[in-house]
Amino acid sequence: MTEAVTTPPAPPAPVVDGENARRRGWGWLLLIPGMLWLAIFFLFPTVQLFFTSLYDPSGSFERGYAMTWHVANYADAIIDTSNLFLRSFMYAAITTFVCLLLAYPLAYAIAFKSGRWKNVMLVLVIAPFFTSFLLRTLSWRAILSDRGPVTSFLQTIAILPDDGRLLATPVAVIAGLVYNFLPFMTLPLYASLDKVDHRLIEAAGDLYSSPFTGFRTVTFPLSLPGVVSGTLLTFIPASGDYINAELLGTPKQYMIGNRIQAAFLTERNYPLAASLSIILMVVVVLMVIVYVRRAGTEELV
Amino acid sequence: MCTPTPARIAATIDTKSPKPPSRKGFGRWVSDHLVLFVGILVLVYTFVPIGYIFALSFNQPSGRSATAEFESFTWNNWETICEPDGLCGSLKLSFQISITATILATVLGTLMAFALVRHTFRGRATSNLVIFLPMATPEVVLGSSLLAMFVAVGVDGLLGFITLVIAHVMFTLSFVVVTVKARLAGMDSRLEQAAMDLYANEWQTFRLITLPLAMPGIVAAAMLAFSLSFDDFIVTNFTSGQSVTFPLFVYGSKLKGFAPQLFVVGTLMFLISFVFVIAAELWRRRRPTY
Repeated sequence: MTEAVTTPPAPPAPVVDGENARRRGWGWLLLIPGMLWLAIFFLFPTVQLFFTSLYDPSGSFERGYAMTWHVANYADAIIDTSNLFLRSFMYAAITTFVCLLLAYPLAYAIAFKSGRWKNVMLVLVIAPFFTSFLLRTLSWRAILSDRGPVTSFLQTIAILPDDGRLLATPVAVIAGLVYNFLPFMTLPLYASLDKVDHRLIEAAGDLYSSPFTGFRTVTFPLSLPGVVSGTLLTFIPASGDYINAELLGTPKQYMIGNRIQAAFLTERNYPLAASLSIILMVVVVLMVIVYVRRAGTEELV
Repeated sequence: MCTPTPARIAATIDTKSPKPPSRKGFGRWVSDHLVLFVGILVLVYTFVPIGYIFALSFNQPSGRSATAEFESFTWNNWETICEPDGLCGSLKLSFQISITATILATVLGTLMAFALVRHTFRGRATSNLVIFLPMATPEVVLGSSLLAMFVAVGVDGLLGFITLVIAHVMFTLSFVVVTVKARLAGMDSRLEQAAMDLYANEWQTFRLITLPLAMPGIVAAAMLAFSLSFDDFIVTNFTSGQSVTFPLFVYGSKLKGFAPQLFVVGTLMFLISFVFVIAAELWRRRRPTY
C-alpha cells in the first residue's frame, strides 16, 4: 500500500449518517402526534373491524348486531367470494407484470438514455396523472368502447372478430388497472436504475459479456430494490381496486373491492363486509411480508 | 483535503477515462436506440387519455351528456364550467379538504421522520411497522374500517368535512414519513455538527441548516400528499356522508350523465399542475443543489 506510506495518518473516521448520528433523549416525542393519529384512525378501526367480522350475521344495521364470536362468517365469506378473491389477485398479478414490462424500458431509458432530457422525461411520466383518476378511466372507457378507435382497429386487422368487443371484458379492466398504476412502477424502478454505477455495466462489457448478458447479470440484479417496491406499490392498490372493474367491466369482471363496497354501502351487511376486508388485508400483508423477506429487503419502509 | 498521491491521481484519472472502444454491431445499436424508442412509446401511451379528455372538453354533445364520440367543436364548455349543478362546489370542497389534510399530514409526518432518522429509542421497529401497514392495506379496507368505527362511535351523522380530513391525513401520513425519511437519511449530518461547532444553538442549527436541507423532501412529501388526497375516491366514498368532493361528483355523474364541463376541469387540472411542476423545476435550477 503505497498510499499508507505517502499520506499522513487518517484522521479519526468522521461521524457519518446512520446509527452514529442518532441521538438518545426525548426526540421520540416527535413521533407521538402522528402515531396517535395512526393508532386512533387506523389501528383501532382495524381491530374494531376484526370484531365486527365476528358479529352475529342475523343482526342488521338498524337493529344492531350481537357479538357472538361468529367465526363462521369467515367460512361464509370465503365460500361466497372465493372466485372474486382469485380473480382480484389474478388481475392484480397480471397488472403488475404488464406494468413491469412497460415501465422497465421507460425507467431504463430515463436513467441511461435520456441525457439532458432526464428531468423533462420524469415530469412527463407523472404529468398524465395530474388529471383525476376517474376522468382518465372514463376516457379509457371511451377509447375502448365498441365504436372506439382501438376496437375498430383490432377488428380491421382481424385480431378481434367483427362483433368482438373490448369494453366489458377482463382485457379492458386489466388495461385500466395497468394504466392507472403505471407511475407507481416507473418511479421506484427509475430511482434504483439511476443509482446503478455505469462503470459496473462497462466492466461487464470489457469482460466480453454481450449487452444482454450484462443486463441480465449486472443491471437487472442491481435494480431489484426498485422492482420490489414497484411491484408492491402496483399490486397492493390493484388488488383492492374496484373502480376499473366497475367502469370498464361488468359484474362478471367484478373484483373483491366491488363486493366489499357493496356489502358495506349498499347491503349494509357489516359482518360480511368486515370479514371480507380482514381476509383481504391479511392476505395482502402476508404476501407483502413473504415477498419482502424473499427479496431480501431488510427495512420495510 | 488529502495530499495527491500517485495512487489517488491514478484513481481520479481512472474514473474519468473514456469508455473503451464501443462494440459495434446490432446488439449495441439495439440497446442504444430501441430502449429509448420503447420508453417514448410508453410515454406517448400514457398521454392518450389526456388527449381524449382535452378533445372532449371542446365537444358539443347532441344529447344531454358527453358521449365517447366527438360531435362538433365548441368553446361553450370552457365558458360555462360552473354550469353543471354542484361541480364547482365539489371542486371547492376538494381543495379545502386536500389543503387541510396536506398541512396536517406534512407537519405530523415530518416530525415522525425526524424522530425515526435522528433519534434512537425503543420501539423503532414497531413504529416502522405501524407506519408501513396503512400503505400495505388496500384502500377499500382503510375506508370501510374507518366508516365502521365512525358508525360504532355514533358520529355517522357528522360524516363530512371533518371525517374526510381525518381519513385523508390517515392514509397520506405514511407516504409523507417515507418521503421525508428518504431525504433526511441522505443528508450529511456533519453540516449540522459544523454549525454547532460554530456556536449555533440547537434551534438556530435546525432553522438555518437542518430545515433548509430537508425542505426539498418536505415539499415533495406535501405535493404527494396533496395529489393522493385530491384524487382519492375509495376512502372518500366511505367517509364522506353527504359531502361531495370532485371525484365523488364525477362518479355520481355516471348516473346523471357526464357533463362535458368535467373534461374541461380535467384539462385544467392537467395544465395547472404541469405549469406548477415546470415552475418548480425552473426554481430548483436557479438554486444551488446540496
